[in-house]
Order: sequence, then structure tokens, then C-alpha cells
Amino acid sequence: MSENDYIQKLWEIGPSMAEHTPHGKELGIKFVAVDKGRATMSLPYNTELIGDPKTRVLHGGAVTTLLDQACGLAAIAGFDEPRMCATLNLSIDYMRAAEPGKTIIAQAHCYKATKHVAFLRAVAHDGDETDPVATAQATFMATSMLKKDIRNV
Amino acid sequence: MFEQERIIKALSQIPYSITLGVKPIFIGEEFTLRMPFKNSNIGNPTLPALHGGAISGLMEIAAIAQLYITTNGKSLSKPIGINVDYLRKGLPKDTYARAVVFKQGARVANVRVRSWQEDYSKPIAVMHGHYLTDKAD
Repeated sequence: MSENDYIQKLWEIGPSMAEHTPHGKELGIKFVAVDKGRATMSLPYNTELIGDPKTRVLHGGAVTTLLDQACGLAAIAGFDEPRMCATLNLSIDYMRAAEPGKTIIAQAHCYKATKHVAFLRAVAHDGDETDPVATAQATFMATSMLKKDIRNV
Repeated sequence: MFEQERIIKALSQIPYSITLGVKPIFIGEEFTLRMPFKNSNIGNPTLPALHGGAISGLMEIAAIAQLYITTNGKSLSKPIGINVDYLRKGLPKDTYARAVVFKQGARVANVRVRSWQEDYSKPIAVMHGHYLTDKAD
């Protein structure tokens, strides 16, 4: 697969990982961009995802889902050939509460992919990436079962 | 004993709990959170499988609800960090989560959560997390 075909394939997969999955659609996750080993997704503020009615701050679970999704796409994009992946482990540090009303942006980077395992770091912020809402470290496993799906996308 | 009505009320006021569709179950003093299957929690429609984020969200709500019980419902705890291991695929079925507070310190609580579907001995995911809490009385 040429570099161009590869990137084009990733841009086809991207939206199908976000707004085209039932849970991504429910939360309102949007695909932003994808490149070799990198992915960006966003989550516009949604009152249905509030975790604390007093502060109106989004629930940590919504941020977790966004980070998981962005890491998943970056993992797919991290292998030599795009491959579907399953999350093995996801570790998240919550630095501060996301400001109510603001869109959260998650940027994920696959810094190493072995034959079957992808290692990722991600950051979630609401506009300034030097002031993160949360950071994540994740490992994903390539599932051969799904490789076929990808080719059919 | 903590009044069950209070935790039911608290959960009903959290929009994210309603979005995931979680329901509390009480067996004596033991608290379990149930997430009945619903299509909007699917992450991979071709498998199909629940979204890892929905499973994690269930466990995060279970942790916060358990801390709400142990700290006598002063306020909702804030997450500092979580670590989730995904062990099995989340089937399109009802999912359960139960949290245990391993240590409650002056400000920080250490919580572990197990999530399972039909068989408690076959967890689909486990989580441990640190939460900023108000100390229990």
C-alpha cells in the first residue's frame, strides 16, 4: 500500500470510528484529523454528559470515551498497514475539570507499534494543549479478525 | 445504614448516568450498578461490542456512587486518575459493576471496580482509580 493510499484509507476509517458508531454518535464525538500514527477527535459540550449537576462539568467517563476513541484511531494508524484494534489498557490522569461549555479536543499519538501491540499517549484539552484537561497512556492489541472489515470500508 | 433512596436520587440527577442508562441494585448493603443493554452503548456495530468508554463510564459512575455512600453523600468525588484493563469483549448484554473502596484517606480514596456480564467470575474489565473526596464522618 502506498503512503497516499494508506493516508486516504485512514481518512475513510476516521469518521466511521467516531460519529458512525452508536456510542460515538450518542456522545457527539467528532472526527477531526488522522495521519500516520496520529489522530484527533473532539467532543462538543453536551449537557447530557454532565457528571456533577452542581458544577455542570462533564463526567470523567465522557472524557475517557473520547480519549479511548482517539487512541483507537491512532493505534489503527500506527501499524504498517491499518489494522483494527482492541483496547488492552487505558490509564488516564485528570488534571482539571473541563470548563462547562467548551469543546474537548483529544490528540493521540502512537509512539510505538510492534507486530501486534500499539503503545499510545494522548492529551485532552479545551483549546490550549499546554493546559490539559486529561492525559492518557494506552496499549491496544491488533485484532486480525477485523482486518477484513477495514478493507471493506 | 446509608439510605438507598439518596443514592438513587443522586444518580438520577447525573445526566451522564441517564445517558448510559445505569440503574442501582441493592442486595443488603451491597451496591451494584447495572447498565441494561442499549444500542447507543455499542462501540463496534460489526462485532457487535459495547464501547470500551461506556464500560469505563459505568465503572467510573460505580466508583463515584460507592464513594458517595462511604462518605455519607456529602458531595460527588472528583477523579484524579484511573487505570482500566479490558479483559473481554463487552457483549450486547446487560453489564454490571461493583466498586470497593480499598482506602479512604483524608482527601484521597483508592477504589477498585470490577465489571462483568453473565458470569461474575469472568470480568470484562477492571479498574482502579484515585478520587478526591470529602472525608467520611
